[in-house]
Amino acid sequence: MSALANEAGLDLAVETRRPRRRRSRRIRETGLAAIMLAPALVVFCVFVFYPFLKNFDLALYRVPPFPNLPSTYIGFEQIGEVLGSQEFLDSVWTTVLFALLTVPTGIFLGIVLANLAHQKLKGVGIYRTIFSSTVATSVAVASVIFGTLMNPQVGLLPWLGIDPHPPILDNPQYALIGVAVATIWQNLGLSFILMSAGLQAIPEELLEAADVDGASAWSKFRNVTVPLLSPTIFFAVVVGSIFAFQTFGQIDLLTQGGPLRKTNVLTYFIYTELREQKNPGKAAVLAIALFAITMVLTLLQLRFLERRVHYAR
Amino acid sequence: MTLDAPAVAGTPRAISSTALETRMAGHRGRTWGHVGRYALLSVLAFVVLFPLYITVVNSLLTPEQIASRPPTFFPTNPDWSTYSRAWTNGHFGQYMLNSFVVTTIIVAGQLVTAILAGYAFAFLDFPFKRTLFVAFLATLMVPFEVTIIQNLTTVTNLGLYNTYAGLAVPFLATGFGAFLMRQAFLGVPQDLMDAASLDGYGHWRFMVRVAVPLARPAVAALGVFAFLTAWNQYLWPLLVTKDDEFRTVQIGLKQLRNTSIDQVNVTFAGVVIAVIPLVVLLLVFQKQLVRGLTAGAVKG
Repeated sequence: MSALANEAGLDLAVETRRPRRRRSRRIRETGLAAIMLAPALVVFCVFVFYPFLKNFDLALYRVPPFPNLPSTYIGFEQIGEVLGSQEFLDSVWTTVLFALLTVPTGIFLGIVLANLAHQKLKGVGIYRTIFSSTVATSVAVASVIFGTLMNPQVGLLPWLGIDPHPPILDNPQYALIGVAVATIWQNLGLSFILMSAGLQAIPEELLEAADVDGASAWSKFRNVTVPLLSPTIFFAVVVGSIFAFQTFGQIDLLTQGGPLRKTNVLTYFIYTELREQKNPGKAAVLAIALFAITMVLTLLQLRFLERRVHYAR
Repeated sequence: MTLDAPAVAGTPRAISSTALETRMAGHRGRTWGHVGRYALLSVLAFVVLFPLYITVVNSLLTPEQIASRPPTFFPTNPDWSTYSRAWTNGHFGQYMLNSFVVTTIIVAGQLVTAILAGYAFAFLDFPFKRTLFVAFLATLMVPFEVTIIQNLTTVTNLGLYNTYAGLAVPFLATGFGAFLMRQAFLGVPQDLMDAASLDGYGHWRFMVRVAVPLARPAVAALGVFAFLTAWNQYLWPLLVTKDDEFRTVQIGLKQLRNTSIDQVNVTFAGVVIAVIPLVVLLLVFQKQLVRGLTAGAVKG
């Protein structure tokens, strides 16, 4: 029986005690595995691994502002220059500030909405669909909508009284907040979906037991819901921060890094260095920095935040 | 009051808690509690929906009406021409076509590479299996913005700048997809595999006839998720296209906004056109979308 299966090329049956057969199966399957993994691996090597490593090479060359002149090798001097520049440090701070503005707020709102829509009310499905709806919006859609809402001539926010001078998106103090508001709205759908899924994983019996014990709604929330939601919250914080650091579209559409570079997040900085300044050397240094900062932040979160996560098993 | 007390002699104790709660809530005035909850939900739903609502409204007004104060909140005299203007003068017809083509290529590519790789990791035995799987996951650690510098050069050197292929090619495979499909395939029951091997199924036949159909929920979730992310891409289409012939809808929005500064209504019509496919996707595939978005976030 197993000989037949062997001939057919599919030896999924129980492992025989003969190592030779197992090794020959492995050899046969290696060829097949190579074929199956090749497409993805080619894409990864060409478009992920090689470009990532190439940054380290590009970072060592200073590209002159005039075309046709050769790039000079300066080695680590350029890296030190860029990383020590005020421009870079400001950009990092802007990126961090933006993450601080959008990630906690987004999660908080997601929890609030998910909780409210988690009740057994008739027609609550409609509200759930509405709360999820912004998942259909893109960065471009949200930015164009909010850009117009904040526009001093035709926007509704000035009409509602939110009318600083200069207008929000031209205002060094408020521009980042304006972009953050558009981002939070756009991410609301995803945050709601995530938190709803997390809530659904909380066993009904626990909440009912709390009811039987006479717990108030707030106490139930604090002592049952939030701890059991903490794995989902943790996931949202880690993934949300990673995405916040990759913000680009909103900046390009709303403020172009201004005013006074107050919204110059790292990704936008990389883009302007590459496209406008035609300086891939500097852009590569920035790209490596972006990767390093994201990694460090993720590792820090995994190390320090995961302790406070309550896993149900 | 005694009518509501549950402990009447002979009454079974197994009254469901909802019935009990309802009766108790009745004491607190259930009507008010219910109305309050609906009111709160409605207010929040209004706030969330308002930007989209005002977009649709403004797409049907004239620029004068949009600028008028107090603002017009309902189009009593809708101007439907904005949509045809956005479609033709605003080139949105071309942008939608481009987005559809590129998105389809990306979704097809991601599904094929994810299914193949997920199958290999789930059912085959080969050297360096674990290392390779880690390598696949490692691609999730590298933010896309970190790869754009070289990717732009690569795509240009391959002659793919400003082409459909150039727009799609860096995204034909994702670690997320392979991970998702591997998890799904690992759920195929052993006795099914044994039966198939007894029937002489080769790997390809097993994959197409058994494994993939069984993993259909994961395939659907991945497909919908891939469609969503591909459709909404911004940075790469911005870098790799230079004219209307290949611009996608997202970059088209930027273009339309910049060229229609005095015709905000046309810009908003463009926004609505850009959003409609995804709204349809959300309404039809809500379950799959949720599954794709929450994969990894919540156990089970």
